[in-house]
Amino acid sequence: MALSYDDVIAKYEPVLGLEVHVELNTESKMFCSCSTTFGGEPNTQTCPVCLALPGALPVVNAKAIESTIKIGLALNCQIAPHSRFARKNYFYPDMPKNFQISQYDEPICFDGFVDVEIETDEGPKQFRIEIERVHMEEDTGKSLHVGGATGRIHGAEYSLLDYNRAGIPLVEIVTKIVPGTGKYAPEVAKAYVAELRDILRGLKVSDVKMEQGSLRCDANVSLRLIGSDVLGTRSETKNVNSLRSVERAIRGEMIRHAELLNDGKKVKQETRHFQEDTGLTRSGRSKEQAEDYRYFPEPDLVPVAPAAAWIEELRAQQPERPSLRRKRLKEQWAVPDKEMAAMINADALDIVEETVLLGADPTKARTWWLGEISRIANEKELALTELSITPKDVAAIVALVAAGELTDKLARQVVDGVIAGEGTPSEVVAKRGIKVVNDDGALMAAIEKVCAEQAETADKVRNGHVPAAGALIGAVMKETKGQADAARVRELLLGHLGQASN
Amino acid sequence: MIKNTAAQMSASLAKGEITSVELTKLHLDRIADVDPKVKAFLHVDGESALNQAAAVDADRASGKKLGPLAGIPLALKDVLAQQGVPTTAGSKILQGWKPPYDSTVVAKLKAAGVVILGKTNMDEFAMGSSTENSGYGPTFNPWDLTRTPGGSSGGSAAAVSAFEAPLAIGSDTGGSIRQPAALTGIVGVRPTYGAVSRYGLIAYSSSLDQAGPFGRTVLDTAMLHEVIAGHDPRDATSINAPVPAVVAAAKSGDVKGLKIGVIKQLQGDGYQSGVQARFNESLEILASLGAEIVQVDCPSFEYALAAYYLIAPSECSSNLARFDAMRYGLRTGESDGASAESVMNSTREAGFGREVKRRIILGTYALSSGYYDAYYGSAQKIRTLIIEDYKKAFTQADVLVSPTSPITAFKIGEKSEDPIAMYLADVATIPVNLAGICGMSLPAGLAEEDNLPVGFQIMAPAMQDQRLYQVGAALEAALVSKWGGHLISKAPALGGAK
Repeated sequence: MALSYDDVIAKYEPVLGLEVHVELNTESKMFCSCSTTFGGEPNTQTCPVCLALPGALPVVNAKAIESTIKIGLALNCQIAPHSRFARKNYFYPDMPKNFQISQYDEPICFDGFVDVEIETDEGPKQFRIEIERVHMEEDTGKSLHVGGATGRIHGAEYSLLDYNRAGIPLVEIVTKIVPGTGKYAPEVAKAYVAELRDILRGLKVSDVKMEQGSLRCDANVSLRLIGSDVLGTRSETKNVNSLRSVERAIRGEMIRHAELLNDGKKVKQETRHFQEDTGLTRSGRSKEQAEDYRYFPEPDLVPVAPAAAWIEELRAQQPERPSLRRKRLKEQWAVPDKEMAAMINADALDIVEETVLLGADPTKARTWWLGEISRIANEKELALTELSITPKDVAAIVALVAAGELTDKLARQVVDGVIAGEGTPSEVVAKRGIKVVNDDGALMAAIEKVCAEQAETADKVRNGHVPAAGALIGAVMKETKGQADAARVRELLLGHLGQASN
Repeated sequence: MIKNTAAQMSASLAKGEITSVELTKLHLDRIADVDPKVKAFLHVDGESALNQAAAVDADRASGKKLGPLAGIPLALKDVLAQQGVPTTAGSKILQGWKPPYDSTVVAKLKAAGVVILGKTNMDEFAMGSSTENSGYGPTFNPWDLTRTPGGSSGGSAAAVSAFEAPLAIGSDTGGSIRQPAALTGIVGVRPTYGAVSRYGLIAYSSSLDQAGPFGRTVLDTAMLHEVIAGHDPRDATSINAPVPAVVAAAKSGDVKGLKIGVIKQLQGDGYQSGVQARFNESLEILASLGAEIVQVDCPSFEYALAAYYLIAPSECSSNLARFDAMRYGLRTGESDGASAESVMNSTREAGFGREVKRRIILGTYALSSGYYDAYYGSAQKIRTLIIEDYKKAFTQADVLVSPTSPITAFKIGEKSEDPIAMYLADVATIPVNLAGICGMSLPAGLAEEDNLPVGFQIMAPAMQDQRLYQVGAALEAALVSKWGGHLISKAPALGGAK
């Protein structure tokens, strides 16, 4: 029977568990020196080690350890003075060794937490997500199934293997079970992944691009009757490739579980795959029989034993926590809630802050980036950072406007010019011959001409109907090709027609 | 010339009495002559060997400074990757595979100008003590062609013993260098774990594997040891420390005042009388040279074999998972519509031999959830106890000694149907591997009951490999003067026995 979300939460409490895989942005792979660049020709970024040729041995990438420790510190984790790699054994063609080097009973980081805040019916509310562990492992290669209708292995004529991704460093961040989020479970999960993404971006350890798979979320969901302290059977949803999908997948799974439970059926413990188009999940492999990965300590690697002094050094270098930074900037810049949210959604916080640090007024900086520049970025389908205009350019434009050398309208032309690659703002101004007409004589000539042409309107103003001046100002601006300062035109016009200008 | 030691060959090359090309040709001729009977080699690459030899001769002629082993031929165990040369680890599953890279050991040999004659036979993936588990048929002991040369490095040991090469490389996971050295009357050393890079050594049991040298004398073996040892950043378990001065130790050979500990647990029941007799005789010689002989107790050694046969199969079950027909080696069962899984199964079924399958199954079981603690976990605890036993024993003695093998060379087929009897061949060598320390076997004479060579084992703490050579050289000198020549010169002519 189809249930509504309200029906579900009236009866059941959801319990979440989130596993996030993050591809680190190290230059080389986890255990060899092959490049990690995304999108290379298949099988060109491989060597004896990541192809698992007989005799080849792994060596740990020290940079990956550093990045993982940074992540652990940012998530308030303990850093193990001694941790080990383990082999997770299972056969799959895209895994060259047929075991994955991972960490098992001795992860490098453990026992942390992340606080996230969401809007609720009772106002903003904070939830603490406890982190079970953060550990290092290597990615697998990619299988491409050719000839089937679905791109899945079943029905495919043949499969192609690309080992470029095999051995890319992965960090897995696993939460403890998350109870107590009630009806807000989907939003809390989304906020958690978003917060993680911001933290990782702030640490500069990953590209965190969900659509390219450098940040992947597996969502475990189970339901229990409200008031019960027994955990229900969970499903694990994979292939959740955007923040919106995190929310949709969890909401969908909660409804699916509740329908089964209401019908007296059992929830199967299984892996499910989220489908973007329908927002539903479909069954993957069943986990009823727990897979036996035969973990044991990786004998080809020595334990990881980071020096305490090094950990403290990394702790001291930790950047400001994104949530605190947002709060601080919002206050410093006096940004209204809605605009702050827009800035975060547009991923413009860094670029606006940089512009402000170069001397621009915060409101002006924000308006430029989120207004005109965002509009052009959308047209070109580029990110703000991919445009050729820089915070330095925007700061310069803001300064030119403040100095009265550009009007807002002229400044837009300068922005266009910079984005079109015509040079710095001052170069664009020079090349295009853009300048504010502030010669009162020239302005007065234009005003007199316009007043003569539109004598009827001018008379209205003379008779005290000041709002009618707008049409005349517009005409003067047109006459001066937009290079006049509109405020000065208004002042002179009203004076000319015998009206006070304020 | 081919019966000379490598040190003598080195001197002859330096003096210009012979060229490396001539020396290499002599060995290739010997191989052509005797290897059809011994079957030490899986692959002989005469052309490439002669090219390497010619390059060394040219370097020498141009006055370039060369290492002591430049131009000396060598036999390489087929477990080490050599670029462009077939490398099978004795397994059908790798038939025809040519590595695109050199193992670190091979790179070091090439850099030293050593001439690689070819790849030698071995028990498949180094699993065995007789070379009968090779996917390509057994190797025969040059002392008696009806017997095995031991294993798993039986091909390398037989090649040196049959004068097909003065030097060879083997690998030793549970005794696979020392036991065949003992059974063929030559010297073999398993260096300290981490002393020789494992990069390019096809893994059997990663925490136990170690490549090492074979020679007909202690000094020859030391010279080869010095070439292949040293830190390698491509092996995370490689020790970053200077190579012990093994050649200097082999030249000094003084045991005066040294304490030599006899391990109670590695003698007596199960040890052939001739083996025990030669061992005791060697102890007397060492005492007469001024060493102090003490008895030491290593109670946990009783469990070493059991621990080994859990740890090694566990690691091998994982190490051998990569042989899946996807990227290299054998591929069978590839009919229309066959899945990757069925091709993997069919290839592994066809490509692995019985002993390899036995150990993969054993290891898979030992690592399984619910059994891990009882098997793999307990074995690791025993390993710790054995390390403790050694630690304590080395406070009482500078080196420890035992017979290398409880028995002399056994008949082909004698133990191949009885895995437990075969496993017992390594009872005295396995503790060294479990503790990660170093060990040597050198000839102690012939057992009177069968006239076959007996090996004397010396063990030293980690990175104290020079002690092996110091004691070995002293004992060797005394024995050689007693016998009036090296033991190997007493070997019957090939084909003399049937």
